[in-house]
Amino acid sequence: MPGQLNLQFPSPDNLRVVVAGSWLLADSLPSLDDFALQLQSRSDIQKISFDGSAVTQWDSGLLTFLARVYQLASDQKISIDPAGLPDGARRMMKLATAVPPKENTGKHKKHRPLLDRIGERSLSMWRAAPEMLHFLGEVTLSFGRLFRGTAQFRRSDLMLFIEDVGAHALPIVSLISFLVGLIVAYMGAVQLAQFGAQIYIANLVSLGMTREMGALMTGIIMAGRTGAAFAAQLGTMQVNEEIDAFRTLGFNPIDFLVLPRILALILMMPLLVLYAGIVGITAGMFVAVTVFDISTFEYYQQTVRSMQWTHIWVGVIKGTVYGMLIAFAGCLRGMQCGRSAQAVGEATTSAVVTGILFIIIAASLLTILFQELGI
Amino acid sequence: MEATAELHNTDPDAHITVQDLTMAYGDFIIQRNLNFTVQRGDIFIIMGGSGCGKSTLLRHLIGLKAPASGRVLFESISYWESSPVEQQRIKRGFGMSFQSGALWSSLTLAENVALPLGEYTELAPADIAEVVSLKLSLVGLAGFEEFYPSEISGGMQKRAALARAIALDPAILFFDEPSAGLDPISSRRLDDLILELRDSLGTTIVVVTHELASIFTIANNAVFLDAETRTMIASGDPKTLRDASPDLRVRQFLNRGET
Repeated sequence: MPGQLNLQFPSPDNLRVVVAGSWLLADSLPSLDDFALQLQSRSDIQKISFDGSAVTQWDSGLLTFLARVYQLASDQKISIDPAGLPDGARRMMKLATAVPPKENTGKHKKHRPLLDRIGERSLSMWRAAPEMLHFLGEVTLSFGRLFRGTAQFRRSDLMLFIEDVGAHALPIVSLISFLVGLIVAYMGAVQLAQFGAQIYIANLVSLGMTREMGALMTGIIMAGRTGAAFAAQLGTMQVNEEIDAFRTLGFNPIDFLVLPRILALILMMPLLVLYAGIVGITAGMFVAVTVFDISTFEYYQQTVRSMQWTHIWVGVIKGTVYGMLIAFAGCLRGMQCGRSAQAVGEATTSAVVTGILFIIIAASLLTILFQELGI
Repeated sequence: MEATAELHNTDPDAHITVQDLTMAYGDFIIQRNLNFTVQRGDIFIIMGGSGCGKSTLLRHLIGLKAPASGRVLFESISYWESSPVEQQRIKRGFGMSFQSGALWSSLTLAENVALPLGEYTELAPADIAEVVSLKLSLVGLAGFEEFYPSEISGGMQKRAALARAIALDPAILFFDEPSAGLDPISSRRLDDLILELRDSLGTTIVVVTHELASIFTIANNAVFLDAETRTMIASGDPKTLRDASPDLRVRQFLNRGET
């Protein structure tokens, strides 16, 4: 028999709720509208009692129903006498009402005025700036300790990071720089061919790959690959309280965790940039030879003639700066991470976004600087 | 048919039956020859020293890890020999409270409890919200619906995880170290709740713990796993085992090393 609900009045001030049959969550249960109406219309009700002797089986369905009855009753300040309920249900309701609900949690004012939210955003961005400077200061101090030889970190960690950001990054750097070299060569050649000047593909590619594109593309790859990894590693360590464990044992987490990561990227970025340049130039040669009928030797000659050491240095310096910024952004976001899985995701996203933003800003500033210096 | 009938359990009250279970990671055997029965309405404790495979046994019982050999029967159905559909049906009757809560951190407490309800029942959103509030109030967290797990304390997270575990009124409720990290009063309240769930709803409860106070308060049956011999060395009511187990190791464990 499905759940049934009857309302009785043993005395005018006593409303008796009679429940009977099977009260399971999976079944459709009687509505409470009638009960609510009675409470509304009859202001002389002082007490609600129950008769549950005919309930055959019940689960949370009955309890949810009772919770609603309790709620309505307490809204109207009517007392509840649970004596007539099935034993288990009575005890469960006692448990459910043992701890009063927490109020004023501040969770309900979700819709605040637009200006309010803009203001809060701006303030929190404003507050983020000194935090970043603080981290920059700590990293600088840590490098100071490194040069004095007092920085505490495991050399084997550094080696692992070097392997990870160096050797393991080669496949993706190869692929991307080959394709970029291909694109630069092809795009340029189509234009140059109009003047019969295909041979200058070599100049275009060697200059472009060594001075700008090699560093920029490697930077963006490393921001996505390594910056994100750093943020996720440090963020997870933050969640597991591992960073607190370092602090408690008197290790400086900046020395121990951040320094080897930044160092590894600073050491490896120049090599990756050089490698990207070589791969890009090879790709340019591939286009020139197969599509535009330039011989390998001609291309080689032209590349060597157009190449200057300054281009290589400019590219390597840029790449090193990008590496530093990527590692800095990744570690910063990782160390700032909150204590949940969600926060690790946010830290990782933010590390990549910050890293790429830094790279673009640095690229603009460095280009202007080198221009002014006439390099 | 004789052969299959044999493995089926004849005891109508047996809820979980473990037969000749061997647990292993690859070639490394954790425990072997486990045989025990959890009766309907039991509060059953899996105990033993650290590293003896208590949590691994629990993972076998809830269907997260397949046994190296042996069977786990629910009522009379062998879980690992059933079809995926049947396994899914059996698992629907489980509630599990993980050691560190395992609440989904991107969801609020209400959403955490509501997720299984929305997925596996036909209830309307408004009804789900009421069931969620009821479950949260049962664990003493009424009013915390809109909080995220990271915004509440560890003990509260554990209770919230229990609210999620009992969302679907499970027939069997599993706990991994329920009182680890709780203060004595919360721990006591949790024991009361466990007893209440058994008494009121008839839930069968399986608990991994080595909290002695809690064991003697709630348990009526137990199995004791030993790390050295890699098998169970005792089973039965922990109070009886404490006073009269023939095995010294069991008596020592249950008397905090004093015998």
